[in-house]
Amino acid sequence: MLRLPRFEVATPKTVGEAIARLAEAGPSAMVIAGGTDLLPNLKHELFTPELVVSLSAIEALRGVRVEDDGTLAIGAMTTLAEVAASELVQKHAPVLAQAASLVAGPQLRTMGTLGGNVLLDTRCQWYNQTYFWREALGFCMKKDGTKCHVVEGGKKCVAAASNDSAPALMTLGSLLEFEGPSGRRTQAIDDFWLADGIYNKKVAHAELLTEIRIPPTGPGHRGAYGKLRERGSIDFPLLGVAARVDVVAERITRADVVVTALAAQPKRIARVADVLVGVAARGEELDRAIEAVAASAAKQCNPLANIPGDHEWRKAMVPVFVRRTLRAAVDGNGPVHGD
Amino acid sequence: MGALHLKVNGDELDVAAPSHWTLLEVLRYRLGLTGSKQGCDKGDCGACTVLLDGKPVLSCLTLAAMIEHRAVTTIEGLMPAHIANGGTGADPIQDCFDRCGALQCGFCQSGMMLSARALLDRVEQPTPEQVREALSGNLCRCTGYTQIFQAIELALADRAGTKPAPRAWEAPRDTEAAPRQA
Repeated sequence: MLRLPRFEVATPKTVGEAIARLAEAGPSAMVIAGGTDLLPNLKHELFTPELVVSLSAIEALRGVRVEDDGTLAIGAMTTLAEVAASELVQKHAPVLAQAASLVAGPQLRTMGTLGGNVLLDTRCQWYNQTYFWREALGFCMKKDGTKCHVVEGGKKCVAAASNDSAPALMTLGSLLEFEGPSGRRTQAIDDFWLADGIYNKKVAHAELLTEIRIPPTGPGHRGAYGKLRERGSIDFPLLGVAARVDVVAERITRADVVVTALAAQPKRIARVADVLVGVAARGEELDRAIEAVAASAAKQCNPLANIPGDHEWRKAMVPVFVRRTLRAAVDGNGPVHGD
Repeated sequence: MGALHLKVNGDELDVAAPSHWTLLEVLRYRLGLTGSKQGCDKGDCGACTVLLDGKPVLSCLTLAAMIEHRAVTTIEGLMPAHIANGGTGADPIQDCFDRCGALQCGFCQSGMMLSARALLDRVEQPTPEQVREALSGNLCRCTGYTQIFQAIELALADRAGTKPAPRAWEAPRDTEAAPRQA
């Protein structure tokens, strides 16, 4: 049995009220959206807030809509199940619908929200454990200690970004809308991350993620998500690959691959567009280009022993999943999942 | 500690419970509804699955304070709801789990049945893939899942007024069984 530490719960009805409660309570307050990441972490005593501010009663934060210019706007409290099932998301941002459909299992997708997934805490097999377990081993630098159990003598936390939505949103060039005590700000998701597993996000206390905005994608847009995990459900990614390919007149005009579950932040594979743009969307030329990107991704990615699953296996799966996911994207298929 | 206004199995309840308690803790330790099981307690196993407004959620990761006034259905509520809707006996899902012996230790069973109930409420005749997907958040460590899928197949056949396909080891149902060799 895992008990929660003692805290009070506030259920404000508006964004303004929530920000006011958070600002007033200071660092001892935390935000809860779906609770599927926060509550296990609280049960593991990774955080001990005095106040938990629930966003569940704020209706304004829910829903998916397309604006006049074609921008897809998704409220941060829209559940992952709703994102996965949304015809608008499937049409305008297939990579995101696929990524959302593979997060955890059905119950957790019904509870978990897109905003919560974007703001997911980084994960590590030495961190996501009970207090008893962590104390027995010797605490790590992410919580209560100073050492790193992953990299001997390591000075920087390497807990892994494990949110399936993040690489998908990065291939879409998404914008994050925040509202806080000092007003609103827009943040490109590409520049949102820090290379620090202890806290990998540029977000201040009392700032709320209110909306995720995806710029218009156009008719030639295609995308796919690939997820490696040991079981077909429930698990966090051991490797996540988001691929974007825009095809106009049978030629690739834009391409992007972002990989996650390696280190503290999702990683954009370099030189994907250089290889793929201009290539015909079928035939041997495409096969060779995809192989080249997969081989290049394998060189660029070095999984650590930070999350469960043999890290050498995860490394060996990088080119396999990059190849399969790119292929699925070009063909308008996906997600890539299972063996 | 404050009064929570909960709606459980059709009953409107005012329950005194600490604000940091999960729905599972309130169900089990305040309301005595111990059909929802406390398994991993961190979202891995699905044994604590309940229906919230008809959708399966994990009660171990739901703060009771966050779901006030929303309709919670636990395993204890399935049969009364079935009878209130004009049915007799247990909910068809429960009946089929019983007829197929779709359990060994029974710990996962209430979560399994609620996930199945939610699917059958949403989809008239789900495909085997949809059934597997709907139950993919519920772990069973005994049965190997075979009888569980058979139970749902039986419930779907009953609903459609047909018989489920015979198993490989069963004699075809529409022909006389071959006489036994002496």
